[in-house]
Amino acid sequence: MSAKWNLIVDVAKCDNCRNCFLATKDEHIGNDFPGYAAAQPEQVHNWVDIKRKERGIYPIAEAHFMPVMCNHCDDAPCMKVAKNGAITKRADGIVIIDPEKSKGQKAIVDACPYGAVFWNEERQIPQAWIFDAHLLDQGWTKPRVEQSCPTSVFRALKVDDAEMRQIQVKEGLDVLHPELNTKPRVYYKNLHLMTTCFVSGSVVVDVNGVDECAENVDVVLTRNGSEVGRTKTDVFGEFKIDKLEARSGRYELKLSLGSAHSLSAQVDIGDESPYLGVLKLKGT
Amino acid sequence: MKLAIILWGLVQALKLAALFFPAFAARVRERNIIAQFKLQDNSAGRWIQFENGKIKSGSGIHPKPDLAIFFQTRAIAEEFLTPPFDQLVRIDAAKNFKVGMDGPDELVVWFAATLTFMTTVGWKSGTDMGNGVKRYTNGTNGGPIFVYVKDGKIVRITPIEFDDQDAPSWSLKARGKTFTPPRKTSLAAHGLALKSSVYSKDRILYPMKRVDFDVNGNRNIQNRGKSEFVRISWDEALDIVVQEIKRSKAVGRGAILANSGSHHQWGNFGHYLSAFGRFINLVGCTKVMGSPDSWEGWFWGAMHHWGNSMRLGTPEFYGTVEDCLKEAEMIVFWSSDPDKTYGYEGTIRRAWAKELGIKMVHIDPYLNHTAAHLGGKWFAPKPGTDAALAQALCHVWIAEGLYDKKFVEDRTHGFDEWKAYILGIADGVAKSPEWQETETSIPAREVRALAREWGRKKTYLGAGSWGCGLGGAGRGPMGAQWARMMAILGAMQGYGRPGVNFGNLQFGAPVDFSFYFPGYAEGGMSGELTQSANAANNYQRMPHIVTMNSVRQSIPRKFIPEAILEGKAAGFVTDVSTVQGQFQRTGYPAAGHAKIEMMYKYGSSSMGTQIDSNRYVKMYQSEKLPFVVNQSIWWEGETRYADIVLPACTVFEHWDIGEWYNVGAGYVHHMYSMNNHRVISIQHKCIEPLGESKSDHDIFLEVMKRLGMGAIYSEGGNTELDWCKRAFDSSDMSKHTTWKKFLKKGYYVVPNVPEGARASVGNRWFYEGRGKDTPEPYPLPADYVGDWGKGLQTPTGKFEFVSQTLKNIDDNLRPPLNKYIPTYEDPKRNPNLVDYPLQLLSPHTRYPFHIMGDDRGSAIRDIKEHRLRVDGREYLTAVISAEDAKARGIKHDDLIRLWNHRGSVVCAAYVTNRVRPGVVSASTASAEYRPAGEPGNSTDLGGCINLLNPKENITEHTHSIKPNTTLIQMEKWTGVDTWRRAEAVA
Repeated sequence: MSAKWNLIVDVAKCDNCRNCFLATKDEHIGNDFPGYAAAQPEQVHNWVDIKRKERGIYPIAEAHFMPVMCNHCDDAPCMKVAKNGAITKRADGIVIIDPEKSKGQKAIVDACPYGAVFWNEERQIPQAWIFDAHLLDQGWTKPRVEQSCPTSVFRALKVDDAEMRQIQVKEGLDVLHPELNTKPRVYYKNLHLMTTCFVSGSVVVDVNGVDECAENVDVVLTRNGSEVGRTKTDVFGEFKIDKLEARSGRYELKLSLGSAHSLSAQVDIGDESPYLGVLKLKGT
Repeated sequence: MKLAIILWGLVQALKLAALFFPAFAARVRERNIIAQFKLQDNSAGRWIQFENGKIKSGSGIHPKPDLAIFFQTRAIAEEFLTPPFDQLVRIDAAKNFKVGMDGPDELVVWFAATLTFMTTVGWKSGTDMGNGVKRYTNGTNGGPIFVYVKDGKIVRITPIEFDDQDAPSWSLKARGKTFTPPRKTSLAAHGLALKSSVYSKDRILYPMKRVDFDVNGNRNIQNRGKSEFVRISWDEALDIVVQEIKRSKAVGRGAILANSGSHHQWGNFGHYLSAFGRFINLVGCTKVMGSPDSWEGWFWGAMHHWGNSMRLGTPEFYGTVEDCLKEAEMIVFWSSDPDKTYGYEGTIRRAWAKELGIKMVHIDPYLNHTAAHLGGKWFAPKPGTDAALAQALCHVWIAEGLYDKKFVEDRTHGFDEWKAYILGIADGVAKSPEWQETETSIPAREVRALAREWGRKKTYLGAGSWGCGLGGAGRGPMGAQWARMMAILGAMQGYGRPGVNFGNLQFGAPVDFSFYFPGYAEGGMSGELTQSANAANNYQRMPHIVTMNSVRQSIPRKFIPEAILEGKAAGFVTDVSTVQGQFQRTGYPAAGHAKIEMMYKYGSSSMGTQIDSNRYVKMYQSEKLPFVVNQSIWWEGETRYADIVLPACTVFEHWDIGEWYNVGAGYVHHMYSMNNHRVISIQHKCIEPLGESKSDHDIFLEVMKRLGMGAIYSEGGNTELDWCKRAFDSSDMSKHTTWKKFLKKGYYVVPNVPEGARASVGNRWFYEGRGKDTPEPYPLPADYVGDWGKGLQTPTGKFEFVSQTLKNIDDNLRPPLNKYIPTYEDPKRNPNLVDYPLQLLSPHTRYPFHIMGDDRGSAIRDIKEHRLRVDGREYLTAVISAEDAKARGIKHDDLIRLWNHRGSVVCAAYVTNRVRPGVVSASTASAEYRPAGEPGNSTDLGGCINLLNPKENITEHTHSIKPNTTLIQMEKWTGVDTWRRAEAVA
């Protein structure tokens, strides 16, 4: 099998510095790369964009960021609607929308389930992130998103598909909307930070008449009698149990500190990550 | 060499240069002149004639030369003209009248520059990348860069990736792991996005005149900011400027106000402290006296406990990256958001800390960028109350014995008094966790938990954005109180102990601190010896002629509008040389000096960067300011408030040189320890200046030539490229590489010292009671009370819990013992401000650098966390809490109006759970000022948050700003502006 390009994006490492976003604009605004991409219009296109996900409720909140771009799918929906061979799948896996042949084909924009293809009003063409194919063809070893990223979010890999499958399993990588079977070549690590919920709380215990943060409290989350998560509170009495599916409904929470203190609570997971507030342990 | 041979050789060299280099031949064709080289007594000489591109020459004295260069004696002439040229010989000859020039200044400068061009024309720069693409280098406020250019246009800007020829990176071992930084520079957004700013629609491409301004008739001053501009020629623009300079000088000493922002584009020569500095000194100007505006609390407060005056009151940081990673168990980020403005070098190191399992705590009303990225425990105290939280930590430490008793006993002064205050023995109020809860709203139990954790674990205190000062709560109205508490917390835990120090891994990388390259604050070509760090190294390293401003008048920056409108302004001097420097008063007007007749404004925009900035509109529209020239690259908020606008070019369009974050001595010595590698870059002239724009240096030179000072300004015909070469020669780089190689490759990575020779850990010498062994020449020898290098800069030589220097002034808000004083920016405590229930934080910007990168063409404006585009206009983002939004019917991305009695600004709502309810956070700088109605008296749509911030000082005896807890109200923007400025609200 021949080696093909893949991109691994680690959500946990993204600081929203925006360098990948800006580097892509820097590369394409004002620059025509015949055969690869026509110049990107100012302002309106974000071929590499950053999705934001905030989780939690004050005072236990998180913010996560995820770069998204053309997935260079192996079973690309855009290719199915393209006419005149406007879209080609290169031997190295990269999908290129020809800036000439694609003229007038707005259907290509609509076909992308990821919203990663943009319509250039002025030139009447669909456009997307080209994996910097024009630079790779000149000998660059990585695309600009990776070069410009200070926190190593990106890892572009040119490996055969069998090896990539092994890497995917080993590193626990996800793709966006796997249910669509588009076979994306862009993989995500720690995607749960964008897609799942957590439950959190601050646990307090009475020590000689004074409220203190309860450290090392066993926190167990169950659903229909089976355990789905377990942790201990930290020195501030706080706990967080992550990777709960959004809108997954009712859970039971049990807190216990040794055999002397305990507390039970119910929690509903909707769209947001609930903060249960101050949970004061009761003597048993 | 014999003079006759030298001069004959010079002519041959000119002819050869013209033969080989078309650019030089073109230069020779520019003028028909006869230049005479001779001895002063006419005993020997040679004339050179340029005629329609031909070079002729003859021995002896020409009867009618256009210009003459003469030497006192033959020996001087021979020494002066024999290559390789010794700069010290040349300036010695010039300043002691051993060499002189006769003829029109403009011609002399042209001829001298032609002679140097003979050398520089053959220099090759940049790397050929094939397909007609050349890769140059440059330097930006966001880091050094590669610049790819094709057909005279910038194709792309990238970070610099090092190659195998570059010096190896350092590595350090911590807890069984080895860490080494990536082999590239990281870039801040405002560096990476620069191409969009170069080709921005906001670029000023031609000299412009306000359409209704007549320098000899009606100036229509009241229309500044309202009227349109028309294009004029450079000659017309410069003639008007020079006419006004002469008119002002005739009125009296100091009638010209030279006004710039705190920052400029990167580069040692284009910088305001360099090219503008020389201009100011030669013209003679009233200067603007800045305040240490990003360090306020440290400078006016913390300094009085431990000295460090030449670090603006902030602590040492050397060696702290290695010590923190090896030893620390916890990092407390207090009002500390390093993941912004200055790139991401420290971010890489903080990821290592996370990998090592070092615990993180963040104290900030906003879960800032760094906190969100790193995770950890978040405390969100009510703005302005942080000192109460800090004092409660002290209370727990004292009550439970969790502080460094030996350090406190041996190295500090006044602890018993401090202890009595904290325990409430002095005033009956124990500063307990319960006591602070009513101020900060942080639960007492969490403060106890933090205090115990901190007291038991080796903890780094990252105070302010850099961990060792800068920004955040130090810029609030209680900024001095807060920074003083940070110093006190450090002292109670024995800062300097392994694993216990100041820092958040942003500063203190183990780079070489002995390798010399000049920082920008060394003044470049300014020749300014006293108000820059020139005297530290640059003056000896790059021999040049000193210049001096003969005007003894300055205006405190905050009060420029008052100086103009009311005719007076007073302040305290930012003198960092000693602690007592800040007690010195200054005022405008100075004795025997004139009032301001004209303002020479150089870059930046006061509307977006200065507090309570509606005042500026009033000033600009006043007859009391007869003339304003604004020299800028972009049309920014303030540019329109001028009579003449001069178009400057970007750093890509002229030559310069600089080192990444090397500021030089004086303010932030060794600032490059933020970086994982020291990188020096030549800032190639990558493209020709756009339109008719010119470099700042070249604009000043044009003005100077019209004042007969071109030869003095250029020190005998030096161009920017010549100055770059002189800086190279002055630095240690010249011992390691050649100019030719450097010019071609464009950058140089400074080699690191061996592991055993790295700088000592900051403050450890003091902790261990040794003499100072960190590589900074501070404090001045006279400031030690005992032996040199022993103890601190304080009167006791110890860390002072009760400040002795503050006993010398009577300042209600800065008592010698840092007792808790509640902020008056609190609707609960200030009945005049009940209409403004929200506290506004205006921190440094994340993506632009102050206002740079916020121009209307910049791709940074596409970042929705910075600005949100609504109907084609970009509104500044304001972070507001979900609770406050709900109470006002505001949804995410709605346009909202923030206002108080000083100003009114429309922003885009960023609704989040990341900020404490009752708090709004919006960046402090905006390039755009777009009043909805009458300028200065209506709502701004451009995003100038500083319109809302107060002009008053932090405390009475300071010249300081406090833009970080201002009270405001907020509503959904109706689209109809009814706001008017109320002048008389307390």
